[in-house]
Amino acid sequence: MSILVLAEHHDGQLADATAHVVAAAQAIGGDIDVLVAGRDLGSIAEAAAKLDGVARVRVADSEVFAHQLAEPLADLLVSLADDYSHVLAAASTTGKNVLPRLAALKDVAQISEIIAVESADTFKRPIYAGNAIATVQSGDALKVITVRSTAFDAVAQEGSASVEAVDAAVDNALSSFVGEELAKSDRPELGAARVVVSGGRGMGSGENFKILDSVADKLGAAIGASRAAVDAGFVPNDMQVGQTGKIVAPDLYIAVGISGAIQHLAGMKDSKVIVAINKDEEAPIFQVADYGLVADLFEAIPELDSKL
Amino acid sequence: MKVLVAVKRVIDYNVKIRVKPDGSDVDLTNVKMAMNPFCEIAVEEAVRLKEQGVATEVVAVTVGPKAAQEQLRTALALGADRAIHVESDERVESLGAAKALAKVVEKEAPQLVILGKQAIDSDNNQTGQMLAALTGMPQGTFASAVEVDGETLKVVREIDGGLQTVALKLPAVMTTDLRLNEPRYAKLPDIMKAKKKPLDVLTPAELGVEVASGLTLLKVEPPAERQGGVKVGSVDELVDKLKNEAKVIA
Repeated sequence: MSILVLAEHHDGQLADATAHVVAAAQAIGGDIDVLVAGRDLGSIAEAAAKLDGVARVRVADSEVFAHQLAEPLADLLVSLADDYSHVLAAASTTGKNVLPRLAALKDVAQISEIIAVESADTFKRPIYAGNAIATVQSGDALKVITVRSTAFDAVAQEGSASVEAVDAAVDNALSSFVGEELAKSDRPELGAARVVVSGGRGMGSGENFKILDSVADKLGAAIGASRAAVDAGFVPNDMQVGQTGKIVAPDLYIAVGISGAIQHLAGMKDSKVIVAINKDEEAPIFQVADYGLVADLFEAIPELDSKL
Repeated sequence: MKVLVAVKRVIDYNVKIRVKPDGSDVDLTNVKMAMNPFCEIAVEEAVRLKEQGVATEVVAVTVGPKAAQEQLRTALALGADRAIHVESDERVESLGAAKALAKVVEKEAPQLVILGKQAIDSDNNQTGQMLAALTGMPQGTFASAVEVDGETLKVVREIDGGLQTVALKLPAVMTTDLRLNEPRYAKLPDIMKAKKKPLDVLTPAELGVEVASGLTLLKVEPPAERQGGVKVGSVDELVDKLKNEAKVIA
């Protein structure tokens, strides 16, 4: 068996998610190649070559892949897929965008967001917002899979894979990049943070989210939000934790002013320790919280800040 | 231009689901069903395009059991002009649905196909992308804003870290994200009128597609239960527990 992992990268850096996807590939077993596609990939390919268990890094350096558009990237993967039994990518917005397109072009099913590998053709994945876990078996010759990166520990960075260029003759007449608007943050990335502090509708306003800053800084935490807080316009949507936002599984998750709707729990209930701070003692979040504090967050957060 | 919008009948998002005792699937007997929330956003966007004079006709389509016609009637009540039901009692996975939809696209030749980004039952997030692949169209997934500009569709996409804008050559496929719009409610007179709107029923066989999947569902189980936690009385106690019991902060 041989496995192709599509590397995830942003701003000239290999994303942490890739090391988690390589771990999932190791659980399947076989030779693992990593495909890095984009522009100016030197340092990204170097970082990918250091991932443990990777045999070969294949680099497709071309303007056509510069913005990770689905149409050319899927065509590139199609041109390489015949050499592989599995193609894996992180269940990021890029992976989710590209892999189903590849699967359909190869006339195979795609298996979304696996959380465990049972065997080379059998995988576990959450359905119904994480309220059930399905075990599915693929009878297809090519397995196209996205991986929930929080479900696999990252591989170490002591490898030394070979790096070689892919001769990719792919053009794209269907789509083009117009622009992007990225949120700037000095904090750890939400998906990879060891501690996450999230605010919900109970925060009352976007301005009030500032009271989480100091606590988050002291804990080295990323700041997240519930869908209610995003829909209310308090914070941008890339902070959203939930079924329709980011899935996180940090060591410590602190939910502040969040009731705990199913859609939110789907995004954080695999956290190791969950703390809930909410003034409504009936809030469903207390059913999953390891430690619950029934208190007004506007008093509890400053006090917590002073005691850390 | 003609807009095709795909909808799916799913369990209502407020329902707390139960896994069948034999672990074969989720129990859907006597459970409230509804239109998938992302599909509601897709229908709303199609209807708004019609109201803006961009779309001339909105055709709603679904693949699924006979009961899914309820959701097509909902789409008609919300403003779709007519509906197409591809009836199948089999378990239809994303690839099968995309293949059936691709045949409908071939027949109807829409300029734009709108789907939800994912269904809240299978949580797959695949069908739109697969349909785009099968029809050779470009895809604008996770859309939070769209604009038709001549032969081009501009889509603002929600990506990790922010927003990305792409330009797609029409005809194209797009999938809706939550913030694209706020769906309207169907009004009673519109619900009555919707009963008279045309609804064609087709079968996968008539379309010449095989909807069976290469995937086998072996087992469905409830997720691991979290152990019931404790309520603490004060911030001091909370900090103490996190430091000394859970050992998650230094």
